[in-house]
Amino acid sequence: MLALLTRDLRLATRAGGGFGLGVAFFLILCTLVPFGVGADTSALRPIAPGILWLGALLACLLSLDRIFALDHEDGSLDLLATAPLPLEGTVAIKALAHWITTGLPLIAAAPLFGLLLHLPAEAMPWLVISLLIGTPALSMLGAFGAAITVGLRRGGLLLSLLVLPLYIPTLIFGTELIRRAVASGDPTTPLVFLAGITAGVVALIPFAAAAALRVNLR
Amino acid sequence: MSLLAVHDLAVSRGGLRAVEGVSFTLNAGEALILRGPNGVGKTTLLRTIAGLQPATAGLIEMAEDAVAYAAHADGLKGALTVAENLRFWAQIFGGEVGAALAAMDLEALADRPAASLSAGQKRRTGLARLLVTGRPLWVLDEPTVSLDAASVARFGAVLRGHLAGGGAALMATHIDLGLEGARELDLTPYRARPGRAEKPAGFNEAFG
Repeated sequence: MLALLTRDLRLATRAGGGFGLGVAFFLILCTLVPFGVGADTSALRPIAPGILWLGALLACLLSLDRIFALDHEDGSLDLLATAPLPLEGTVAIKALAHWITTGLPLIAAAPLFGLLLHLPAEAMPWLVISLLIGTPALSMLGAFGAAITVGLRRGGLLLSLLVLPLYIPTLIFGTELIRRAVASGDPTTPLVFLAGITAGVVALIPFAAAAALRVNLR
Repeated sequence: MSLLAVHDLAVSRGGLRAVEGVSFTLNAGEALILRGPNGVGKTTLLRTIAGLQPATAGLIEMAEDAVAYAAHADGLKGALTVAENLRFWAQIFGGEVGAALAAMDLEALADRPAASLSAGQKRRTGLARLLVTGRPLWVLDEPTVSLDAASVARFGAVLRGHLAGGGAALMATHIDLGLEGARELDLTPYRARPGRAEKPAGFNEAFG
């Protein structure tokens, strides 16, 4: 298990692994928004949490198809399926590797990009907390979509169509958490929902994704 | 002791039965070579035995976690070196990298990134993985593709060593690997007759 994680992390950080692509995309998106809606604080502040979450979500989507597609192309997915690892464990580890290489850098960069969008300072910790709780669900749901579309030509677009609707609950509660924390100082309800969604997804999706992989490997 | 026993096996590819009624046993120290024209279902049969797809009918008896599978794709990561590639599989399976590198004459290439290898060198690395797994039953699909004569001979020696050590091999190949006493199984007579099973046996056969 640990070997698979270190291999995936090593592959992501070596040349051609696409590490940092997500953050760069996130940065571009957050710089484009002020150009689109105007740079004054009154326009940006109310939409900042939503834009930041959308940016994180789309950046996360960029690298999803790599989770299984590369391993499928070079045959190592077949070999992993015959290895003494449960396929559910393989899915969970690969989703974790995706989160570490995509989700964590996004979370680290988010406060900085929040400045670009005039996110108030008191909202910064909540932005980080909401992303920290929410993004594991994004990676795991993405792994499920990647497992369904593995082996398809041009599977990336289909993957986006499949996965984005599944991201809606996380998006709603993630942004709501920031908004409520700033407005009333009590974000408990969205926080609990966000954590609940992530916990449920992390617990159940590996089984669904492994089942999808088994069908696709036939 | 038999490592693998197959009873009345039928496998399908793309919802159509490829071969049916195949039965054989494979004991420790034995090699079985599958023959037959292209498309008869050799790869499908091997993938079924490796556990990558379910059998349409029949029974496969073998110990759990006995199979090491090697197919057309070597499963190498171009960004990792040869040694790193093998070390990963060694960590997964709990095997030994050094001996495998020596057996397939890869020591000089150990620190080269896999992306810079030639096709034959990649294949040798892929085959070295079999040694790393330490599993008794090797399921090989055209293992000698893109190997030169010397490498084929070397792999033949590795294979004989594996059989002598109590392993077994089931393979599809058109090349003589110099295995004495290797049995051959021609799949042509087992080809599923068209028209006999007009309807798929079930959902899984139709969409499997």
